[in-house]
Amino acid sequence: MIRLVSLVLFLALWQVAASLVGPHYLPDPFAVGGAIVAETRAGEMTTNLGVTLTRVLIGFSLAMAAGSAIGLALGRSETLDRLVDPWLVILLNTPALVIIMFAYIWGGLNETSALAAIALNKLPNAVVTLREGARALDPRLDDMAHAFAFSRWRRWRHVLAPQLAPFFAAGARSGLSLVWKIVLVVELLGRPNGVGFKMNEAFQLFDLKLLLAYALPFVGLMILAETFVLRPLERKASWWRLHGA
Amino acid sequence: MALEIDIFRKAFELAGGGERVVFDHFSLHIEDGAIVALVGPSGCGKSSLLRIVAGLDRKFSGAVKTPPGRLGMVFQEPRLLPWRNVVDNLRLAASALADLLAAFELDGHGGDFPGQLSLGLARRVALARAFAVDPDLVLLDEPFASLDRALHTRLRALLALRIGAKKMTALIATHDLDDALLLADEVIFLEAAPARITGRLPIGMARKERDENLTFLRGLTPKYQVIAPDEDDKS
Repeated sequence: MIRLVSLVLFLALWQVAASLVGPHYLPDPFAVGGAIVAETRAGEMTTNLGVTLTRVLIGFSLAMAAGSAIGLALGRSETLDRLVDPWLVILLNTPALVIIMFAYIWGGLNETSALAAIALNKLPNAVVTLREGARALDPRLDDMAHAFAFSRWRRWRHVLAPQLAPFFAAGARSGLSLVWKIVLVVELLGRPNGVGFKMNEAFQLFDLKLLLAYALPFVGLMILAETFVLRPLERKASWWRLHGA
Repeated sequence: MALEIDIFRKAFELAGGGERVVFDHFSLHIEDGAIVALVGPSGCGKSSLLRIVAGLDRKFSGAVKTPPGRLGMVFQEPRLLPWRNVVDNLRLAASALADLLAAFELDGHGGDFPGQLSLGLARRVALARAFAVDPDLVLLDEPFASLDRALHTRLRALLALRIGAKKMTALIATHDLDDALLLADEVIFLEAAPARITGRLPIGMARKERDENLTFLRGLTPKYQVIAPDEDDKS
């Protein structure tokens, strides 16, 4: 409920600001809404948003999967961590733009290069977050699982996963928004479709309405995902926390 | 097959450099089916010994032969999975629970999460879990630590029933001599460090007769030492 009020308040402020500065600097919510409807009618919105969402999901999944695996390995082995950590710092601090350009130059202007660039940009964050998770694992529970001869699966499912879940959730939440931003740059630089491509078009025409019309649907999707998927899941996963201990 | 512990050497690195030798040429052989209590002051290596026997600590030189079959273990803290309820915690260790909840007076707590349990209840769950696996070897590390007198006595009686019910080899680490005298077939006195055995006291008396003869049993010990209760035995 408070979330809804907060969103309405945001729209109201936007409306006020738009009427103060004028449509050349900030189109009002209704104009943007109209643009969204028009683009959807023309079929442009669905296609481009679909293409972008697919890239976001694939890049995100690749980065989370590989990043989690590497992060866990680093968190568990100090030697490996020392070995890989400098690379991680390098990758973390290499500008997204540089990675994207190299990916396009080495791999050509194609979908594979695009996805590789997206995943590679998110990878170090996932690694760092999950490494923290692996370091925070309770060795006493590990011993317990060992003493009671838990199978590998059982150890994962019931001992490790619940401990790693909050770290994974944190990584996923910051990850989706980061990946979305990177995907737009990737599309702007070298893809013939997607939201980033459309934004480039809008930018060249100074069409602020169109720019926002393409930015907002993803934001809306994220708000929906947060409200109806992430939060309920998290609440369920941390239910035990609310009951003592 | 018996439990044969022969530790040539076991040392812990100290944070400030150097090391602390916990075991140096330490041997302990225990007959199959014997209930043995290890009594000694905190830090004398009881916990380390149990961890080595359980296979949780392999950084030592020497050899440990354990009886075949399943291991049940009770740690100093209950070590339950906080995100699983009581029944799930037990089920993860052993699939068949049978009358376990009732036997450990846990009826009505099956759906509780560990955070909702008092320490006494959590310890009961930990004990139940060790016996849920129908163990051939049980390792108990201060199973009654930080419980009040009444609960301690109650839980000890439950444990006495359980270890008498089926043939199993058990090692009970405790700093409470009464625990040892009431539960064990043999009490082994340890001293630190490096750990060495300073005395072995076999107890022939049937377990159910011991309560009333506790004073007599205490008299049997070479030196009835009241070892100061201590919450943990970090070693």
